[in-house]
Amino acid sequence: MSTTLASNLFVFILAAFLGYEVVRRVSPQLHTPLMALTNAISAISVVGALTLAGAGYGHILLITLGAIALACAMVNVVGGFMITDRMLKMFKKRKEK
Amino acid sequence: MVPASFPALTGLVATLVPHAAPLPWYVTVIYMAAAVSFVFSLKWLNSHKTARRGVKMGEIGMAAAILATVFLPEVRHYNWIIIAGIIGSGIGILLAVLTPMTAVPQQTALSHAFGALAAALVGTAEYYSQYSHLTPMHTGAIAFESLLGYLTFTGSLIAAGKLQEVLPTRPISYPFQNPINLSVLALAVACGIWMIVSPAHALLYPLFMVLSLLFGVLLIIPIGGGDMPTVIALLNSYAGLSAAAMGFVVNNKLLIIGGALEGSSGFILSMIMCKAMNRSFLNVLFGQAKIEKAAKADDVYGGKIKTVTAEEIADILDGARRVVIVPGYGLAVAQAQHATGELFETLTARGVDVEFAIHPVAGRMPGHMNVLLAEADIPYDHLKEMDQINEQFDDVDVVIVNGANDVVNPDARDNANSPIAGMPILNVDKARTVVVIKRSLSPGFAGIPNPLFARDNCLMFFSDGKKATLDIIQALKKT
Repeated sequence: MSTTLASNLFVFILAAFLGYEVVRRVSPQLHTPLMALTNAISAISVVGALTLAGAGYGHILLITLGAIALACAMVNVVGGFMITDRMLKMFKKRKEK
Repeated sequence: MVPASFPALTGLVATLVPHAAPLPWYVTVIYMAAAVSFVFSLKWLNSHKTARRGVKMGEIGMAAAILATVFLPEVRHYNWIIIAGIIGSGIGILLAVLTPMTAVPQQTALSHAFGALAAALVGTAEYYSQYSHLTPMHTGAIAFESLLGYLTFTGSLIAAGKLQEVLPTRPISYPFQNPINLSVLALAVACGIWMIVSPAHALLYPLFMVLSLLFGVLLIIPIGGGDMPTVIALLNSYAGLSAAAMGFVVNNKLLIIGGALEGSSGFILSMIMCKAMNRSFLNVLFGQAKIEKAAKADDVYGGKIKTVTAEEIADILDGARRVVIVPGYGLAVAQAQHATGELFETLTARGVDVEFAIHPVAGRMPGHMNVLLAEADIPYDHLKEMDQINEQFDDVDVVIVNGANDVVNPDARDNANSPIAGMPILNVDKARTVVVIKRSLSPGFAGIPNPLFARDNCLMFFSDGKKATLDIIQALKKT
């Protein structure tokens, strides 16, 4: 196994366990915003699409694929965080009288 | 080995190795900080007080990572980036602002489709830019990324279609369903393995792609509306894993972390959903509609159903101190959440202690009911989970069940032969009086009669969930 693959696998396994422990503590009341938020976070794949769309020496087909991927990922980056916040804003405690 | 149909691409292989160059040190540092911000973002979601701070944190990390990438030396041409960025952000804003809360499950399914498609397309591009000199490891990662990406893309589109009801929500089945589905998957995997063995065989990839797309459709088409909460959670996990696989392909640890976080989150949510329905993953994905023998509706209900009017319900509520409302899928369908919020206000103003008992699979995705009720201005400290409230039903004067059926079926607890035996339920039958708002005696997703409706302490109010709630409020105002 190459060292790159091995170190990437280490990172993946640790991040998956960390995610498990962190998400386990999220209140079931917030599971819908949780799903929206994780969707926004995994849209970090926008970074891969960016390099693909922006590498000017590439082939036009590859740039097009990169640009479509970039647009798709941006939908989740922008939409994901916005709708999470919109939902969280609605959860209010009882007003004191 | 290189087919003649791809001459244009073979020339770039020498020049286009986009991710081989090591990242400048400051970009690495920014990526590390972004990874930390994502973990905090999720951690802060564990409490209502810090949740919105968590969103801010995630946004900052994301913005920093994107900016750092945009200014990488190998990113030279910005026109495509700007155009795609504007289109994507525009669609994102529209979806986030215009989606009604009842449609959040569809919106979520759509965003899984977008995320998965992004991963899949990058995988495709990676393959075609380098296919003549890929290492087996690299091809394996690309194959994994593409398979997950394409199947999650079509699967999520089907799920969104079912949730939006442009596709039939009933399970669609055909003969030899499971053998056919599994052979499509097996063929796709075989193609993937063949690609790893001989990556230069560039014509394999389109076949692989089509098989993955097809498998996504076949996997979700047979699943009925009642299982959507599990399916969405599962697709959530797949979308995360496809992003993580992209991290392996482009050798970027931030992508691996972001994808892994979503992957495990989706996994936890689907486990919770499966447990709440007492079913296994395999049963949800490959189980056929249950054809076990259920009790006949007439034997259960015959002559024992008592109906009430809104006025009678108002009289009962008038003497109550503690009321628990059980909202179900039907309440969301009837768009009754705002009327329910009004009922909450009316009863609270009369000094009644009102709480909501929320089953994990109420609504159409995990946590959906909580969002709908929060939108109707019901304070979140009155929304109770099943485990928090289940021991207390003895102490409740009136339970109002609105649009829920299987999740309050006492057979799941008491009758070991019931098709839903062992499914965790809300013990509403232990309350002094149970009022059930329902349009008819038709069964829920499990397709079985509910003996609760025939109990002595149970009263039926046959009506639409929204209209019934408004009628009760009217009647209450007159008493």
